Amino acid sequence: MFRLVDDTSVEMLKLSIEGGEYEVPVGISVAAAVLLCGFNKVRNTPVTGSPRLPYCMMGICFDCLVTIDGIPNQQACQLEVHENMAIEIQQGAAELLPER
Amino acid sequence: MKDHYQLLVIGAGPAGLAAAADAARLGLDVALVDEQNTPGGQIYRNVGSAREGGRTYLGKDYLRGKPLVEEFLQSGATYINNASVWYLDERLETGLLIDGTSHFVTTERLILATGAQERPMPLPGWQLPGVMTAGAGQILLKSAAMIPSGRVVLAGSGPLLLLIAWQYLQVGIKIDAIIDTTPRPGFSKVLPCLARALPAFDYLLKGLSFILTIKKAGIPVYKAVTDLRAEGHESLESVSFTSGLGDGNKRTEINIEAETLLLHQGVIPNLRLPLAAGCELEWDPLQQSWKTVKDIWGQSSVDQVLVAGDCASIVGARAGELQGRLCTLEAAHQLNKIDLQQRDRAATRIKRSLQRHLSIRPFLDTLYPPAKAYQVPDDATLVCRCEEVNAGQIREAARMGCVGPNQVKAFTRCGMGPCQGCLCGSTVSALIADETGASMEQVGYFRVRPPFKPITLGELANT
Amino acid sequence: MDYDFIVAGGGLVGSSIAYGLARQKYKVAVLDGGDRSFRASRGNFGLVWVQGKGWDYAPYAQWTGQAADLWPQFVAELVNETGVEIDYQRSGGMHFCLNEAEWSEREHEMEMVRQHTGGAFEYEMLDHDRLQQQIPQISNTVLGASYSPQDGHVNPLYLLQALQQGMDVHQVHYYPNQSIDRIEAKQGGYYTHSTEGTLSAGKIVLCAGLDNRRLGEMLGMEIPVVVDRGQIMITERLQPFLNLPTLHVRQTAEGTVQIGYSHEDTGLNDGTSPSVLKKIARRAVLMFPFLARVQLVRAWGALRIMTPDHNPIYQQSADCPGAFTVTCHSGVTLAAMHAGPVAEWIGGSIRLDLINQFSTDRFNVSPG
Repeated sequence: MFRLVDDTSVEMLKLSIEGGEYEVPVGISVAAAVLLCGFNKVRNTPVTGSPRLPYCMMGICFDCLVTIDGIPNQQACQLEVHENMAIEIQQGAAELLPER
Repeated sequence: MKDHYQLLVIGAGPAGLAAAADAARLGLDVALVDEQNTPGGQIYRNVGSAREGGRTYLGKDYLRGKPLVEEFLQSGATYINNASVWYLDERLETGLLIDGTSHFVTTERLILATGAQERPMPLPGWQLPGVMTAGAGQILLKSAAMIPSGRVVLAGSGPLLLLIAWQYLQVGIKIDAIIDTTPRPGFSKVLPCLARALPAFDYLLKGLSFILTIKKAGIPVYKAVTDLRAEGHESLESVSFTSGLGDGNKRTEINIEAETLLLHQGVIPNLRLPLAAGCELEWDPLQQSWKTVKDIWGQSSVDQVLVAGDCASIVGARAGELQGRLCTLEAAHQLNKIDLQQRDRAATRIKRSLQRHLSIRPFLDTLYPPAKAYQVPDDATLVCRCEEVNAGQIREAARMGCVGPNQVKAFTRCGMGPCQGCLCGSTVSALIADETGASMEQVGYFRVRPPFKPITLGELANT
Repeated sequence: MDYDFIVAGGGLVGSSIAYGLARQKYKVAVLDGGDRSFRASRGNFGLVWVQGKGWDYAPYAQWTGQAADLWPQFVAELVNETGVEIDYQRSGGMHFCLNEAEWSEREHEMEMVRQHTGGAFEYEMLDHDRLQQQIPQISNTVLGASYSPQDGHVNPLYLLQALQQGMDVHQVHYYPNQSIDRIEAKQGGYYTHSTEGTLSAGKIVLCAGLDNRRLGEMLGMEIPVVVDRGQIMITERLQPFLNLPTLHVRQTAEGTVQIGYSHEDTGLNDGTSPSVLKKIARRAVLMFPFLARVQLVRAWGALRIMTPDHNPIYQQSADCPGAFTVTCHSGVTLAAMHAGPVAEWIGGSIRLDLINQFSTDRFNVSPG
């Protein structure tokens, strides 16, 4: 669905989405990474379970909420990827968080 | 970072950058707060990393942000990046969240330069994965050098739609269709505005060159489109619509396969912080949006608050930059840094230039009015994407006696989700006005409440 | 006369009264405020709450207990008539005690309510172990809780919606966006002059919250209401973890978590303040440590309608017979009472002995 502009030569990092390993450019947002890796949803809504992908990419719409490193409902378009980040599709309401 | 500044500027787009840079030059103790990692706002997003001769596909206007960013970075203004403003109230207590820690900052004058958001374009299927805003497409291009890889359709109205088409063509991707939903305003309305827009002929030329480029590229362009729908099961599969300008003006039903649909119907002010500070709004019938009440200096209805750029009313990047400079002159005068004569002398050229950049607006606003069908959508269309409330439920609440958006919200949950009404606010007010026959002023807008950016209870507890 | 009754105020109190009057076949008009009026009904925690209420005033303890007992029947009829589901559950409720002082104060209050109600109020004090059996997520720093099976909760916004739908079913005339300039008593009835123009009715009920003070003066009633601001927060939706409401933390049917509460004398300002929000968040995190990592979605302030002794006022004007007021801060809990017995008392079909304990006479005790 999305790809990098042809002449782009950038440093890459490794992360996982839904358990699969991917390489994405350093410095991009989590939302961009999910789109680049070809996923067709970042979450299912807590209301009806309908699938969503990032919509506005600028922190307004909250449709890009994902689970990042075990923490649910993170705004994917506002957070940068980091090495070994674990991204999971957000399923409905947030799971109860374990105590730190 | 200190806990008090003479002047606090929020937003590092053109208006905020110019305001902060000038303030520092005038010797004010100024800090610029922004949620991004680098200055530029949405329009000049990531412009600092653009190399000489690189990323030319984004256009000359984008690269104009580079000297502005440099001017700011060299001005000596304090730059507080990666900071989201989660709290602001009428006492101007400003809560910043930086790397998981909340700080409160006070100030003597506040300049709000929080820019614009795209006007929501609710249509059947707009919640499907694969449907995004045109602005989202641009952000992916600017910040991640990403472009659609499958079949892509652009739909809606307005200059930004042309711009992203032009940019995509520069990168060399194929656009499968441009679907123009602009209602045709008629030449009698447009021509007088065109005459007044002549001082800003560069804007006109730019627009013309976009249109020519698109024409030359042979992209199918459908005009006077109605009944636009995004269709698909788990994600977007196709775009359907009725085109009014087929052979012999026959209305034809068209369906185009697509994996990405980018929607746009203009931009509207991002009003959350002006509202949080208690600034008065007024309805702008030409721009079909609310705007923050202000004078030429950007002084809002609240004593210590000034507003610049698109968060007051839509003026574009260049005018926003100039408004930012005027705000700073006024703030500096109010803080006794310069006297009235110094203020007025310094403002003369800025005001003249501002007038030129503003002269294009009535033309653009008249030429690209948002279509009514996507301001007051059909009953079955989703209005609130978070709580999944459709237009029919909002109309029903209005019929039951809800006279404003806040009551509608209480009864339908519309606007109660994580986006807090940012994506449904304008539609809800328009639907109530349409259903009850009241004016937009009578209907009003959602009350804004903190947090304005995400914060956890733990971060709040430790603030 | 245009109507049998005009009800001034369309919040939870006014809507309950109007709905109850209309069900007795009276012809009723409701004059409501606008979209941005101060509305306690929209800022509310949603508790149908018995425990602790009236510990220092026996009639209020009895009154509250009766109201809570009426709720199941009230909900059944309301939902049946309107089709609006309001997420009511009589699940029992808890109040957490963080230390010995809170515990003993709480225990005393609970015992007083039990005595005031002749044992009708049931409660238990749960120590930490018993509390944790019921609520595994509770923090170890919580000493224990008071528990009453008679408490419950409801979605207060859906309750208001259902009542308004109920008014519609019973042909109440609802006038939104009204501000009442003047009320005249003449020709054996009452004339309201508002945005709508002039309306008349044989009787009138003031349920206008904080505006009751001003309106009451027009009808010879001194209604001593004061502002008490509360701030509330609500979080993102979570998977269910709390199956009963507590006084500070409540998980709604949608999964969001409502967190309160606070008391401030701020005048007519329904805003928020960082220091109070921080305090509320702290207490919530102290009770449920995992909440520290939960996103806040919205925080707001709302104005309670407080009387000097915090108990409700039910009063018929001595100077203007047929002019009533209902003033209280427990519009949710008392809704069942208001839509039922109180509306019948105002309608004139029943006597309510207990209601005399809530007249404004109690504020007029001459200084000794």
